[in-house]
Amino acid sequence: MYRYDEYDQSIVDARVDEFRDQVERRLSGQLTEDQFKPLRLMNGLYLQLHAYMLRVAVPYGTLDSRQMRMLAHIARTYDRGYGHFTTRQNIQFNWIKLADAPDILAELATVEMHAIQTSGNCIRNISADQYAGASADEVADPRPWAELIRQWSTFHPEFSYLPRKFKIAVIAAEEDRAAMRLHDIGIRLVAQDGGIGAQIYVGGGMGRTPMISHLIRDFVAADDLMSYLEACLRVYNRYGRRDNIYKARIKILLHEIGADEYRRQVEEEFVAVKQLGLDPPRAELERIAAMFAAPAFETGLSAHVERDDPDFAVWIDQNVRPHKAPGYAIVNVSLKPVGGIPGDASADQIDRLADLAQRYSFDELRVTHAQNIVLPHVRQRDLQDLWRALVEAGLAEPNLDLITDIIACPGLDYCSLANARSIPLAQKIATRFADRDRQRELGELKLKISGCINACGHHHAGHIGILGVDRKGTENYQLSLGGSGAEDVSLAKITGPGFDEDGVVDAIERVTDRYLAERKAGERFLDTYRRVGFAPFKEAIYG
Amino acid sequence: MRLLTGNDLATGDVVWWSGQGWSRHVEDAVDVGASGEAILQAEEGARRVNVPYLIDATPTPDGPRPAHIKDRIRALGPTVRPDLTLKPADPLAGNWVI
Repeated sequence: MYRYDEYDQSIVDARVDEFRDQVERRLSGQLTEDQFKPLRLMNGLYLQLHAYMLRVAVPYGTLDSRQMRMLAHIARTYDRGYGHFTTRQNIQFNWIKLADAPDILAELATVEMHAIQTSGNCIRNISADQYAGASADEVADPRPWAELIRQWSTFHPEFSYLPRKFKIAVIAAEEDRAAMRLHDIGIRLVAQDGGIGAQIYVGGGMGRTPMISHLIRDFVAADDLMSYLEACLRVYNRYGRRDNIYKARIKILLHEIGADEYRRQVEEEFVAVKQLGLDPPRAELERIAAMFAAPAFETGLSAHVERDDPDFAVWIDQNVRPHKAPGYAIVNVSLKPVGGIPGDASADQIDRLADLAQRYSFDELRVTHAQNIVLPHVRQRDLQDLWRALVEAGLAEPNLDLITDIIACPGLDYCSLANARSIPLAQKIATRFADRDRQRELGELKLKISGCINACGHHHAGHIGILGVDRKGTENYQLSLGGSGAEDVSLAKITGPGFDEDGVVDAIERVTDRYLAERKAGERFLDTYRRVGFAPFKEAIYG
Repeated sequence: MRLLTGNDLATGDVVWWSGQGWSRHVEDAVDVGASGEAILQAEEGARRVNVPYLIDATPTPDGPRPAHIKDRIRALGPTVRPDLTLKPADPLAGNWVI
């Protein structure tokens, strides 16, 4: 885990003091809302339907138990006893009082947390592979690189007022578990000639104009990365459309000038930037990397797991993944109980997860973009005890990557931008497909719901995607098929006319029935869809 | 009828113009008619409410019913957490939203 140095702590503490003064001036009437809004947004404080909402950054999705307990404390003390984990690996609290916000930020600062870079037209919180440091398929741990980028981007004076928000993801494996190709900049660490460098993808994103990123450079040496990113941002900052909010993301710039011309300009800028000496000495990356050193894994552990309890065996098969260290496993904790609210966890559950991380996972937790939690380093011999504890806490749903593991944005139940509710639909779909055997028969099937065109629920990347729209004051849902946020990235295609809430659940069932009728052995839903094409599914949906 | 609504500056709570001040309960909301914009300007200027705006609503025996689902959800609370709405004891309160 990264630990703050005196500079990190001092800038976070100073930001709390500054915001406290700004809040006092707003409450006393010295600041208007127009003056105050950009200030509160720079501190992650939104005004949503029912109250202020605070989005707390979880850099690259990594937490320790001390931080997790602080989140539970905030949920319990300042909110209504729960938090909502988001598709950006952050957490949101939905019922915050303005006067409490500075105290909350001050409490977060005591555990090296903040809400900086969770809003506004800046470089947002850096996201990363949730299996970082645990998975055997990575060429390096992406978190030191993500942390370096965090330090470079935090309060970067040139990039604090970009044309639009800017999201960066870092992975280090062929398997893309972070939707890297759907970020403004996606970084894949790769090994070359005995060193580690970065493939740079630019111009991906979801929202109202979804696009898959372009490979701009197939290898940037570690010693050049900050300069190269600086060049990528500079070209965007110079030419990004500030005249039209809907055309202001970097994906639109790349679309308009072309990837080749963007690359040419970046390379030209890179030559100039490189002379400025922005890249930190290699020792700085090594200093950071030392803080992410692998835990002291025991050796000689048995990999045998007693599977006598059938429920435990199902959970093992569905939610547990291989670890790079023999005798260890990666445990995915689903926050998608059937009929529950995707991504929500009570203060008690958050505390319990902190306890379990401390006891079983070297004090580490991860938040995933699929709104689940990962305990990254669990001894296989501890899996059954851990599972029992998760069952007691209501956290043992064995549905990772199945149809009930639904990504859903807060939707119209909470969000001021939403056009339709997402959560009740997720609950209805999960209930319809609640039977575990049926879910497992369907296999990997990623269903994602957004309550508006902004696509926080990643519907463009869903094997099955759902977009909620407002049709003359009534909620309506558009169905789309064939998306993927993984290494086989693709954008989902809209099937046709939308449905009401019950209608879309029925339509999904017709889609899954057609999949079962069409699939060949070993095919996932997405494989079958890609093989047979759109038409059979459209016919199944609309007749 | 026209209602004036916004969020309380300090708490963020949804509030409705009741004629004399701001209420958390839509049942207390009054028809502001043609004077809505003037009240809005005065109240926002006095920092008593945040981002106020005018909406259409229908009068019913149980009080005003906002025309748009978004404002009905604002008036009640999240439909997926009945315990956190303004009517936690009424399990059917969510039907009013739909």
